[in-house]
Amino acid sequence: MKAARLAFDNVACLRGERLLFEDLSFAIEAGGAAIVVGPNGVGKSSLLRIAAGLLHHMAGLVTRDGTIAFLGEQAALDTAMPLRRALGYWAAIDGAHDSAIDAALDALAIAPLADVPVRMLSTGQRRRAGLARVMLGGARIWLLDEPGNGLDTATLDLLGDAMAAHRAGGGLILAATHQPIGMPDAQEIRL
Amino acid sequence: MSPLAHIVRRDLSLAFGQGGALLPLVFFMLVATLYPFAVGPDATIMGRTGGGVLWMAALLAALLPIDRLVLPDAEAGVLDQYVVRGLADEAVASAKIIAHWLSFGPPLMIAVLPAAGLLRLDGVVVMRIELGLAIGTPGLAALALATASLTAGVRGAGALAGLLMLPLAIPLLIFGAGSLAPGGSGAIKLLAATSLLLVAGAPFAAGAALRAMRE
Repeated sequence: MKAARLAFDNVACLRGERLLFEDLSFAIEAGGAAIVVGPNGVGKSSLLRIAAGLLHHMAGLVTRDGTIAFLGEQAALDTAMPLRRALGYWAAIDGAHDSAIDAALDALAIAPLADVPVRMLSTGQRRRAGLARVMLGGARIWLLDEPGNGLDTATLDLLGDAMAAHRAGGGLILAATHQPIGMPDAQEIRL
Repeated sequence: MSPLAHIVRRDLSLAFGQGGALLPLVFFMLVATLYPFAVGPDATIMGRTGGGVLWMAALLAALLPIDRLVLPDAEAGVLDQYVVRGLADEAVASAKIIAHWLSFGPPLMIAVLPAAGLLRLDGVVVMRIELGLAIGTPGLAALALATASLTAGVRGAGALAGLLMLPLAIPLLIFGAGSLAPGGSGAIKLLAATSLLLVAGAPFAAGAALRAMRE
């Protein structure tokens, strides 16, 4: 398997009439991580959506080697379904084994919530559910938009552990955040 | 199972689970129930016009669930997740068309049987309606999904969807109801041609609309 890699080469992003950023270049190799920082509205989310292929960039080159898991604002889980079944949908699409769901639920300490409908979850629990969806798919490239939002300190530690394990396994992470999420060695992309 | 089969299964279970699939059916039966009261129980008038009324009801029934076809998935970020997984928008749209058709086409064809009883239609007409619906409802489903994709996230989407969809659905209505007239086999062929055109074109229109929505 080819090593995972994510690279931006002189990328520019235009939203509406506004140029959010230009000449942005960076590369993340397998096992690496980068954190996008900057004030609100500067284009952190747009950068992540470009990396995910959800948004067109105006100029430059984006290279993605490896499968992608994307955590946006929403958890993208069916709110009427119990958590485990809602995650099971994405596990089935990703071709992941059922044990991957249990592993992800355990890793984020939401295994007791497996039978609770997603709409009953609190903001932080829903965030954890979204992170579990990212984890269970086995994608090499994690793109996380504000992964720490609504998480308590204990869960932030769990997230840090999960991200470290992912990188140790040859994955890479690009995260946009305005709070420390436990990746001190990550390169910083300032917008 | 392929990802698209999973999408069909999920959309279908959502449609039936939330009762959304029941709504077109109830609407269809309501029209069939009310029509005899409105025009009177004259068997000849009902026999002549009843088939057309059922076609009209079927067309409007297909329009009803338009607001839950695309918008909820777009808002929940589900469509984004499909894109990230490398699924083409056109493929997702096709899967959604199949799911939408399964949720209202076959149920409607079953509902025609009691409706035909209420309208005192004879067996030959019922067979022609069933044949016509079997051919025409996939076209209606495709049209409904393309319209839902185009109007998702627009304010007043319901009214706009009706305005967008109805002109394109009229050929289906003309040929569908026309097939009930004596010597209507030509109309069935034209109905099939129209339906095929819609089914073939809608995934591309819907796919382009979904892409445009992300920008």
